Amino acid sequence: MASPLCVKVEFGGGAELLFDGVKKHQVTLPEQEGPWDIRNLLVWIKKNLLKERPELFIQGESVRPGILVLINDADWELLNSHLYLSLPCSNTWQ
Amino acid sequence: MPAPTCSSCHAARAALRRPRSGQALCGSCFCAAFEAEVLHTVIAGRLLPSGAVVAVGASGGKDSTVLAHVLRELAPRLGITLHLVAVDEGIGGYRDAALEAVSSQAARWELPLTIVAYADLFGGWTMDAVARSTAGSGRSRSCCTFCGVLRRRALEEGARLVGATHIVTGHNADDMAETVLMNFLRGDAGRLARGGVLGSAGEGCALPRCRPLQFASQKEVVLYAHFRRLRYFSEECVYAPEAFRGHARDLLKRLEAARPSAVLDLVHSAERLALAPAARPPPPGTCTRCGALASHALCQACALLDGLNRGLPRLAIGKGRRMLQAEPPLPGNPSQATSDPAAPQESCSCEQSRDGATLCREGGDRAGATCDLQSDVSPSE
Repeated sequence: MASPLCVKVEFGGGAELLFDGVKKHQVTLPEQEGPWDIRNLLVWIKKNLLKERPELFIQGESVRPGILVLINDADWELLNSHLYLSLPCSNTWQ
Repeated sequence: MPAPTCSSCHAARAALRRPRSGQALCGSCFCAAFEAEVLHTVIAGRLLPSGAVVAVGASGGKDSTVLAHVLRELAPRLGITLHLVAVDEGIGGYRDAALEAVSSQAARWELPLTIVAYADLFGGWTMDAVARSTAGSGRSRSCCTFCGVLRRRALEEGARLVGATHIVTGHNADDMAETVLMNFLRGDAGRLARGGVLGSAGEGCALPRCRPLQFASQKEVVLYAHFRRLRYFSEECVYAPEAFRGHARDLLKRLEAARPSAVLDLVHSAERLALAPAARPPPPGTCTRCGALASHALCQACALLDGLNRGLPRLAIGKGRRMLQAEPPLPGNPSQATSDPAAPQESCSCEQSRDGATLCREGGDRAGATCDLQSDVSPSE
């Protein structure tokens, strides 16, 4: 059971155009059954933040090739891309 | 799950893994490595000699922003001076915003900026006007073909205006790989063979051109801009969805996901291609109208503009092109951008070509030469 989670999500390099031009989003991910990881975060972003043309952002279960994902300024391909997000609301991740 | 430690400084947390070496580096070691590689590309290829006045094709996009930033860092070591040259194709709602980005970059970096406009150079033909003119001709992507040719000519003009000795553009490895794929898909053997050269020697009256970021993958260009906190303009050209290059790009991205080194490997494969003698194009001559390097009687820029002015914009593209005769200019033709009455009319002798693979005999007016059709060149971002 995952408790609510505060995450700072930033879009850049043109990606923000799919999100009404808004680059920085402070989001609170709701409680849910399983843990929060990057994969379901992306699904949440697509459902709740994405404003247009989902095919330019998501392809299958991941981002469209060509889109870079950085977690705390590190390339997610360097880390396990199914990184679990586990800190409660008092902490924020970028 | 913690990230590994940087394998260069062994101190900071690694931020990325380099696609070719697999090396894990932190942000600042990566930026240092990136800059060192660009420096090596320029020095090993003898691209920008000391004393060079370098015109940087600046679009406000990520590639030319990174290019200008890196060259500015390296300028003292290379002994070169930089001028930013921006091209205004006359695309409403896109190019004007991008030019604002270039202007603020020029101010921040304290570099001189010159803007050249299609409307001035090509008798009022902005890209919006070209797009309207080609809209009914059945191949909507053809307006990008015009833009590639005309922008190359415009950049050459801007470079001459500032007294440059060399032109640099921000094409990255992905751009080069896409071009290789496009040339294969179009059966363009001549361009495939010429595609591997690092830079154009500048045959005839064309200024030498090179692409210092040619071996940098697009992903690394984006990461460099991110870690150096560079600001750039990142909207897509309004006509881009129609360009053929988009198909090559999609394919390349899927290939890269399966095999990260595919992008650079594709560029290196193309460099090593050798053409069968029967496939080599004939040596180019000069344009009978403007004197620039040309494979036919008219160079691509003159041929395309001619077609536009006659109201027959498809004439200069594809098979129809072969039937275009070199006739005297019609009234209202654009002023000749590079008309040089003293330009030699004989075939280019091409002794300056620095790479045997592109001697004129093999049709080697390098893709960078103003009159060669490098269609659908991605707007250097």
